[in-house]
Amino acid sequence: MTSTKKFEINKHRLVPKHNLLSEKEVSQLSKQYSIKDIPKILVTDPAVEELKAKEGDLIKIERESLTAGRTLFYRRVVNA
Amino acid sequence: MVHQELKEYVGKMPESLLKEIEETCPAAKIKKVAKLVFEEYENSKISAGEAVGLVSAESIGEPGTQMTLNTFHFAGVAEMSVTKGLPRIIEILDARKNISTQTMDIYLNSPYYKGKDVRTLAMQIKETNMDSVVKEFSINVVDLKIDLILDTEKLTVLDLSSKKVQKILEKALDKTALIEVKGENLEVSLKGKEKDLNQLYKLKEKIKEIYVGGIKGITQVLPVRRKEEYIILTAGSNLRKVLDLEFVDGTRTTSNDIHEIKKILGIEAARQAVIEELLQVVETQGLNVDVRHLMLVADTMCSSGELKGITRYGVVSEKASVLARASFETPIKHLINASIVGEIDYLNSVVENVMLNQPVPLGTGMVRLITKK
Repeated sequence: MTSTKKFEINKHRLVPKHNLLSEKEVSQLSKQYSIKDIPKILVTDPAVEELKAKEGDLIKIERESLTAGRTLFYRRVVNA
Repeated sequence: MVHQELKEYVGKMPESLLKEIEETCPAAKIKKVAKLVFEEYENSKISAGEAVGLVSAESIGEPGTQMTLNTFHFAGVAEMSVTKGLPRIIEILDARKNISTQTMDIYLNSPYYKGKDVRTLAMQIKETNMDSVVKEFSINVVDLKIDLILDTEKLTVLDLSSKKVQKILEKALDKTALIEVKGENLEVSLKGKEKDLNQLYKLKEKIKEIYVGGIKGITQVLPVRRKEEYIILTAGSNLRKVLDLEFVDGTRTTSNDIHEIKKILGIEAARQAVIEELLQVVETQGLNVDVRHLMLVADTMCSSGELKGITRYGVVSEKASVLARASFETPIKHLINASIVGEIDYLNSVVENVMLNQPVPLGTGMVRLITKK
């Protein structure tokens, strides 16, 4: 039972698409919402490690919602 | 691609609504329908200041009273008992670290999902000890040796040979015993000068427990047919190892351990798992709880980046107000600790204002009036 395959976290059914926001996108977002107090995500989160994000970055998450189709969600990267 | 007439509504209405309009309406009426749908959508939105958490709590709590406490067992039927019903709901909402029954749904890649070699694959996944690959332990009292008669069928399934088993044993016993290959079987004898029967018996018991193959943590496997394909259900869980296997579909295989999902797939996956697990329990009980309530609960549990249960150690401990924390559980502990460190309560939330007989920041209580001079 030798396996060389490494599973890819992004392809898993439960994992929505994570994207790192650029500075321009962040300033755009701050006009729309107050982004001071948004949900967090840990730097050590497997999905964040994949993006190589740093503390303070914003992550855009595209969820497949059960009620509204595709929805957007934002999280800020924080240290554990 | 969104229809021309619907373009102005992109971003204003959920995608699922736009899609539905496009699919069900004749092209001529699309504009009119979209306008009506938009109005209806705006009217059905939750208004600002609504106590959504309270509504969710009631909507989950009331059907919860009707849930059956007992889990059913069917004697003699090949099935595994998994925690269901109310105990399972409590387990999920508390975000317990050690859940009572771990299980995985392992989906297989082609060509295996059609049923090819499912049993063999299942055997390869199951954690196997020496005990199950040895047909017979016979103790030779005269020579103080144990003869291990190996089950060759099982060994081939696990891709092992008597040579490999010998290596495993040597490693595990750390040179306290001498292992020799005799044809297809093994012969184990004690090393050192003092040899007695007692030690030999102890060695035999030790050998039985030695791990030889499969995936650690998976204690039972059960291949079943679900709809058109074969999947493997397990008792015990080890996502990391299972997902790396060649024949496992790494896109659909899941565990029911939410903490494990959080560790391996991240917080967003854990949120999704919380919703799915709750929904599954609610549905199998024949109850009807709107997903939006479950989504709200899952969001609160996952908003700090870590999985927090709805307990005094989890979500409640994050509350800014002392009085709010004290009103949940163990009030005296919270009040004493707060007074020792001199905590300040800014009275920004609901519970503390109810206690002090002040208007709560909900609904019309949320807004203040400013008068122009």
